[in-house]
Amino acid sequence: MSGGLYSTNSNDFDKTLDLTKVKPYGDTMNDGKVQLSFTLPVPKGEEAIEAAKQLMRKMGFENPQVVFVQELMEGFTFFNCYGNSTHVVNYSAINVPKVASSAMDMHQTDAFIKERIGRPIVVIGASTGSDAHTVGIDAIMNMKGFAGHYGIERYEMFEALNMGSQVTNEEFIAKALELKADVLLVSQTVTQKDVHIKNLIELVELLEAEGLRDKVILICGGPRISHELAKELGYDAGFGMSKYADDVAAYAAQEMDRRLNN
Amino acid sequence: MQQSKLGLDFEKVGYAKGVSKKIAEEVQLFVDNYTTVAVERTLCRLLGIDGVDVNGVPLPNVLIDELKNKGVLSQGVMFFLGNAIVETGLNPQEIAEEVANGTIEITKLPINNLDAIHLAIKPFVNESIDKIIARKTKRENYINTIGEGTKPYLYVIVATGNIYEDVVQAEAAARQGADIIAVIRTTGQSLLDFVPYGATTEGFGGTVATQENFRIMRTALDKVGEDIGRYIRLCNYCSGLCMPEIAAMGALEGLDVMLNDALYGILFRDINMQRTIVDQYFSRVLNGFAGVIINTGEDNYLTTADAFQEAHTVLASDFINEQLALVAGIPEEQMGLGHAFEMDPDLENGFLYELSQAQMTREIFPKAPLKYMPPTKFMTGNVFKGHVQDALFNQIAIWTGQGLQLLGMLTEAIHTPFMSDRYLSIENAKYIFNNMKNIGDEMEFKDGGIIRTRAQKVLGDAIELLEKIEKVGLFTALEKGIFADIKRPLNGGKGLAGVVEKGANYYNPFVAIMNKKLN
Repeated sequence: MSGGLYSTNSNDFDKTLDLTKVKPYGDTMNDGKVQLSFTLPVPKGEEAIEAAKQLMRKMGFENPQVVFVQELMEGFTFFNCYGNSTHVVNYSAINVPKVASSAMDMHQTDAFIKERIGRPIVVIGASTGSDAHTVGIDAIMNMKGFAGHYGIERYEMFEALNMGSQVTNEEFIAKALELKADVLLVSQTVTQKDVHIKNLIELVELLEAEGLRDKVILICGGPRISHELAKELGYDAGFGMSKYADDVAAYAAQEMDRRLNN
Repeated sequence: MQQSKLGLDFEKVGYAKGVSKKIAEEVQLFVDNYTTVAVERTLCRLLGIDGVDVNGVPLPNVLIDELKNKGVLSQGVMFFLGNAIVETGLNPQEIAEEVANGTIEITKLPINNLDAIHLAIKPFVNESIDKIIARKTKRENYINTIGEGTKPYLYVIVATGNIYEDVVQAEAAARQGADIIAVIRTTGQSLLDFVPYGATTEGFGGTVATQENFRIMRTALDKVGEDIGRYIRLCNYCSGLCMPEIAAMGALEGLDVMLNDALYGILFRDINMQRTIVDQYFSRVLNGFAGVIINTGEDNYLTTADAFQEAHTVLASDFINEQLALVAGIPEEQMGLGHAFEMDPDLENGFLYELSQAQMTREIFPKAPLKYMPPTKFMTGNVFKGHVQDALFNQIAIWTGQGLQLLGMLTEAIHTPFMSDRYLSIENAKYIFNNMKNIGDEMEFKDGGIIRTRAQKVLGDAIELLEKIEKVGLFTALEKGIFADIKRPLNGGKGLAGVVEKGANYYNPFVAIMNKKLN
């Protein structure tokens, strides 16, 4: 196998893992392989393929390969592509803020609240703004829960109200005042043009205007929410993908404890 | 006698339909005595009233709010409009404009006798009926000349927020093979107690349903349909606070499929049950007359309740929705009763249960173009697995002869579909529908096996539930949280203030004319 005629660099890279210079992994360490698909608003043809390759080079891919091309309609072409990323990241230097609470299951959380708080925690939740999806708030709050994790309604030491979807921030705050809620849960599922961000910020602003912000534990959640984003927006915590009622409940209980008993 | 592949006892099915009929009839006794602001606004629209006042308030709202504020809504808008025509010689649109300008006080005009009032309004009623018939005929002509896709119809959504961008997406989808284009509404529209006006380019998670937007999309789909030689159906959403108004707009603008389910509004939008059940009746009369296929929303139950445990609630609701549609004169061929493929993918033999239930629904409602909804609840963001989940869903659809196949998107739970998502999804369905075309004719199910046993159990459980509902009535059942684990009070929710008992002069000739012409 001479192979050198075409390419010598494809196998010429260091194949040891270096966490300060991490690259995507296909089947060989540091091969940088990435799979991607996108649509360009151009007609199908050789020019379209070349455009896709040029775009990939600009995105930092070496050896861009267009493996599938399909015209979706006149003037729109879909590509499946592979390329080798030239970029690296320093994994060792990464620091991601996380919700600081230790994991507890439902019984542990209930027991913790009994012992440390001495009364049920009042929590209200809603999918606020124009968002009509209740799937997120239901997964966290409903009795049944989601994927085997019971919802907050099932906890003995939470008094929970799920207000459902399309609740305005004003209605939500009014209900929080009425029930003297300790914890506010806001869910944002569907988002178009980042409307969820605007809506989440508006709630914080309204709470601040009412002088309520520091009196409640304010939590948001949804597939596009991270703890870091939540903190940035002025929330106490944020829960994203693969977080369940247990995580939210354990955090709320421990945060209440921190505020009351420290 | 119909043969069941599942060993279903059709006497039991007949019994379930009888019980459901009683439930629907009891609801109808209530409906017959009431009208709502939405029903009255619908009558305005049917009589040709359109446009907005200087503040952007739709003229139907201006007129009906005027009657409501004067405390005479119970007499109905037809009475006052007919009387105003006799008095002024103006047409309904002109009268509405004068009311908006404050140049006519419609409730203060001298009252003429009822015969004269009814006679004065008659030409406008007839004109409206003729317009809807002409629209229906246009659809039939298209289907007879350029043809249509085969069932299951491939149903995709567009949801850009901008009607002109929607047109581009819809055209692409039609060219790729879609049979039905549904324009998702902007979130929150179901809770508006008016229909926005004009062409719109801003929306969240969807596009505002307006009569002008309906017209723009219908025109575009007719054009692409003529070009590709296949009639493309257009779908939009009635459910919400404006059920009959949007149904009327759909009838006038040539929509083909409309989501129409009061139970959905009650449970998932917290719309008052009295309000929406009255609205639903008139909206279904309109949909039925206009040849529109209604879609019911049972699939939504399974987004909050467990799809395996609560399968019988979906079936029970389909039974009730069928009867509520029959009362309104909707032919079975226009009943897109809803169900869904929403079981947890980790459930052992989940495919068999889904297959069983889809076949069961098919056999119980043999003429209905069933609306089959794709997996959504357990779509995770793993687009590769999602595409496989959608493939299983498509296999069941072709196997059991579903009517309207709401195509699952591999990017469900991530974003509203990209043009390429729709392409991949249509490709998935077309591949499976062609490759497995006649599997349903070839396969039988083992006596005493998982599939037969499942269907029989779900039917049995649904009958038990229907008997319970019949005992207390549908309203009480909803108060008790019988569907989707959600409880709704009789006097709670949105829109109750817009319900009023019909008075002595109340007049709505459309229901009788439409039901008569249809049968």
